[in-house]
Amino acid sequence: MSKKPQSQYCMDAKKSMDSPRLQASLHSLQNRFGKGAMALWAEMDDQDMRRRVKKSRMKNLEYLDILLAELAKNVRTRGGHVHFAETAQDAIDYTLDVARKNEVKRVVKGKSMLSMEIAIDPALQEAGIEVVETDLGEYIIQLAGDKPSHIIAPCIHMDRSRIGELFAEKLGIDYTDDPPSLTAAARKALREKLLSADMGLTGCNLACAATGHISLVSNEGNIRMSTTMPPVHVALMGMERIVATLDEHRETVQLLTRGAALQKLSTYVSFVGGPSSDDDPDGSKEFHLVIIDNGRSKILADPEFREVLACIRCGACLNICPVYGRIGGHAYNSPYCGPIGAVVTPLLDGINKHADLCKGETLCGACKDICPVQIDLPRMLAALRQKLAYGSDRWNTRQHNPLEVYAFTLWRLIVCWSPLYRTGLKIARLCQRPFVEKNRMIKRMAGVASGWTDGRDLPPIAKKTFDEIWQEKHATPLPKLPVATKEDNNA
Amino acid sequence: MPGKTVSLFIQCLVDTMFPETGEAMISVFDRLGVAYDYPPGQTCCGQPAFNSGYSRDAAAAAKHFIDIFEAAAVIVCPSGSCVHMVRHHYPELFADDPAMHSRALAIGAKTFEFTQYLVDELAIHDVGAQFPGTVTYHDSCHLNRGLGIADQPRTLLKNVRGLELIEMRDSDTCCGFGGTFSVNYPEISVAMVDEKVDNILATGAGTVTGCDISCLMNILGRLRRRGEDVQVLHIAQILAGDKGEKR
Repeated sequence: MSKKPQSQYCMDAKKSMDSPRLQASLHSLQNRFGKGAMALWAEMDDQDMRRRVKKSRMKNLEYLDILLAELAKNVRTRGGHVHFAETAQDAIDYTLDVARKNEVKRVVKGKSMLSMEIAIDPALQEAGIEVVETDLGEYIIQLAGDKPSHIIAPCIHMDRSRIGELFAEKLGIDYTDDPPSLTAAARKALREKLLSADMGLTGCNLACAATGHISLVSNEGNIRMSTTMPPVHVALMGMERIVATLDEHRETVQLLTRGAALQKLSTYVSFVGGPSSDDDPDGSKEFHLVIIDNGRSKILADPEFREVLACIRCGACLNICPVYGRIGGHAYNSPYCGPIGAVVTPLLDGINKHADLCKGETLCGACKDICPVQIDLPRMLAALRQKLAYGSDRWNTRQHNPLEVYAFTLWRLIVCWSPLYRTGLKIARLCQRPFVEKNRMIKRMAGVASGWTDGRDLPPIAKKTFDEIWQEKHATPLPKLPVATKEDNNA
Repeated sequence: MPGKTVSLFIQCLVDTMFPETGEAMISVFDRLGVAYDYPPGQTCCGQPAFNSGYSRDAAAAAKHFIDIFEAAAVIVCPSGSCVHMVRHHYPELFADDPAMHSRALAIGAKTFEFTQYLVDELAIHDVGAQFPGTVTYHDSCHLNRGLGIADQPRTLLKNVRGLELIEMRDSDTCCGFGGTFSVNYPEISVAMVDEKVDNILATGAGTVTGCDISCLMNILGRLRRRGEDVQVLHIAQILAGDKGEKR
């Protein structure tokens, strides 16, 4: 509770809140997709579907080792390669090795948050390989040298005039802010890259263990081209993104596209299960599936946080979160922003390092309501705060704020012993006197409390508390309930 | 009215800063003939500590609460978030202590938010109140999303004579209070309450109401700072027919 110097999170948040353009974009995004998803869930005929898919997600986490072995076996049977990468570096090394062996000069990418998480682009570029994003939003971000600010709509923070200027500068076209013209320009530039790429690098929305396929959803067709045109396809898969059967896949992907874009199904759903063959000539000559842990096993092993691995990365929680709606994605300083980012980023990258993400929400619960698989993110945010409050060996977390620890210890003494609580109130009421203004409001306070009064008035402690009024009016006490003894209060 | 004696659980903010809300709740009960008592020694349900991650300190407050209220027949509180705390988080706090866990579950099962108790438990839709004027209603998050209470307060408001309910845009969007969040991240919090205030002002209503004083305190604080004089009343004050804002 002590007032600290402004953190990066607060400064980035402020920057976003000061941008009317971004505020307008976020507003219309949330108005359309947040409200849209809530309406979809309410109207859906099959009201049990979300609960059912959540159950299957949790069950699959229980049997993750078996399912991954089954997936790997089936991919390998079809001639694909499977590599289990324990760390980001493992995954990068493996991919670089594949690139080297195939003399790759140019990589075209399908949109992948995991590729950002493991920071593979800089590693490829350092090896002299050109990396080109093919998702329109990600392509714009890449041209601008910027970072995505939304899981599904990465350039939500840019408007068409900014994109027009960018394209004029980078693609050498005449300035226009007409979306179809801009899209056509990107399409032309990307076609050349897609046709000449040596490797396609994608993520993996879901993998089906029973059939040994991964699936990728998209609306632009860029994923299909990235996975079929270059001779080599490397797919990066978070190890939790697995379903057991095609039936489960069907339901899960429907929730994914509904949550992400209010679509019953995306325009494209690409299934990839191995390299092309004589009887199935479409596709890459080589297929590599890199199944990445990078901290997920640790989450899996903790019953308190396992649920977050049920996430299907639709981004719906961003579209309703009132905090994300004000501060945008950049303040989260992570590939994963919004409520899901606030839980998963600290778990993957350090709870102390991302303390602001753990604490910077109101726990309003909107993210839980909109989540297609009903993940209880507020519960996990509170659990993360517990790690910060008391420290945690398991999560290698130290106490975040020793002063706050003392403050709550004192608070505990006060609320557990009502005479002290009542006396404290009387003292506080005396102390507040000089601050109470004519309209019976406090307008300025010092220290921590200035956080309130910098932007809001505060009502003072009343002349008489309810307790005091009650004692006066009910001089003859009503039959009393058993009262706690002092010993009880020391628990 | 026959029925159980209600034990009043007066949220700490109501007790200390908005006692008129507690008094209004009592006068509604008086009008309806509901018997009540006020278990002494009550302080805070522990929510501030819980939401800040201090679950052990919250558990101590929870135990204090349970000790005080355990003998009550039914517990009624003019705050959704406190009821959410008691009903949903108390059992979590004692997950590893079977005896306390079952005590927590038992307390949770008989703890109700004020409007929920009137409508769902007593089947009262009209408390016989009068309140001339236009009113808009804010859905507090823990009340609405945590306890599923949204229709009950509206039912009661619609049956108040002279009252015209005007729904605001995004009434169920968080006001930005969030306990210590409001002082730890004041700029984000104020940006959120600003949108709430804009939506309130857009209704043109003379009064904004809700079931949680913490959200209302946040809204009140921002309204006054912006120089707006929209009246802010807890729903109990409207149902009591008490239209005078005391501050």
